[in-house]
Amino acid sequence: MPTYEANGLAALGDPTRRAIFEHLAERPRAVGELAGELPVSRPAVSQHLKVLKEARLVVDQPVGTRRVYQIDPEGLRLLRGYLDHFWDQALAAYKTAVEQQAKESE
Amino acid sequence: MSTQASDTATRHSIVVEAPIERAFSVFTDGFGTFKPREHNMLQVDIAETVFETHVGGNIYDRGVDGSECRWARVLAFEPPDRVVFSWDISPQWQIETDLDKTSEVEVRFIAEAPNRTRVELEHRNLDRHGPGWESERDGVAADQGWSLYLDRFAERVAA
Repeated sequence: MPTYEANGLAALGDPTRRAIFEHLAERPRAVGELAGELPVSRPAVSQHLKVLKEARLVVDQPVGTRRVYQIDPEGLRLLRGYLDHFWDQALAAYKTAVEQQAKESE
Repeated sequence: MSTQASDTATRHSIVVEAPIERAFSVFTDGFGTFKPREHNMLQVDIAETVFETHVGGNIYDRGVDGSECRWARVLAFEPPDRVVFSWDISPQWQIETDLDKTSEVEVRFIAEAPNRTRVELEHRNLDRHGPGWESERDGVAADQGWSLYLDRFAERVAA
């Protein structure tokens, strides 16, 4: 599996990161805002944002002295990550189904 | 099984121990036997998934209460070599009625031996789902849309 898809999945597997991601889905926010809205310290928020950024799920830009984060505007990466997983599972189950039928008909 | 990705497509392949005709018929007629259960836009459990085996047909789920969800259109049907169908599901996990915003899935079957078939799947034009992202993000529906979608995503991670 390509690394960044795997990263994307893993990044959202963590409940806190998912909460941060959902907050950013509502609207862009700065680190301090997120720390104020969630039961997580500011350094922890920064650390989670770093992971989300590495997974290319969020992007950031400086606004004055602050750094504002938002969801990767393309969103495509997330969709593809989902579909990759979907087809992996479907094809694995397909292989089982087709080989089972082949066996039964022998 | 292998997976590859480009910017706007995702490709998968798998080799099954079965003749090409069977590989094709199980993929089409038997689609409901292996489709992941979470793939369900109905409010109720799915009673059956029907793959209409002709161009212009649909792939649809029928719920236990008789409700239906037609989420794909069959674009090419060439047994036992190839099938193409659309993916009419928006990133917000709803039926996409604007056909310009749908992607497509091509599946090719290649006989490697009398009893062995390689199946290559490409889900492409994913960027067509794109234009909706921005408006969704800015609109009031953004939170709900993302949440629904992420729920599915999280189920996958947990699975």
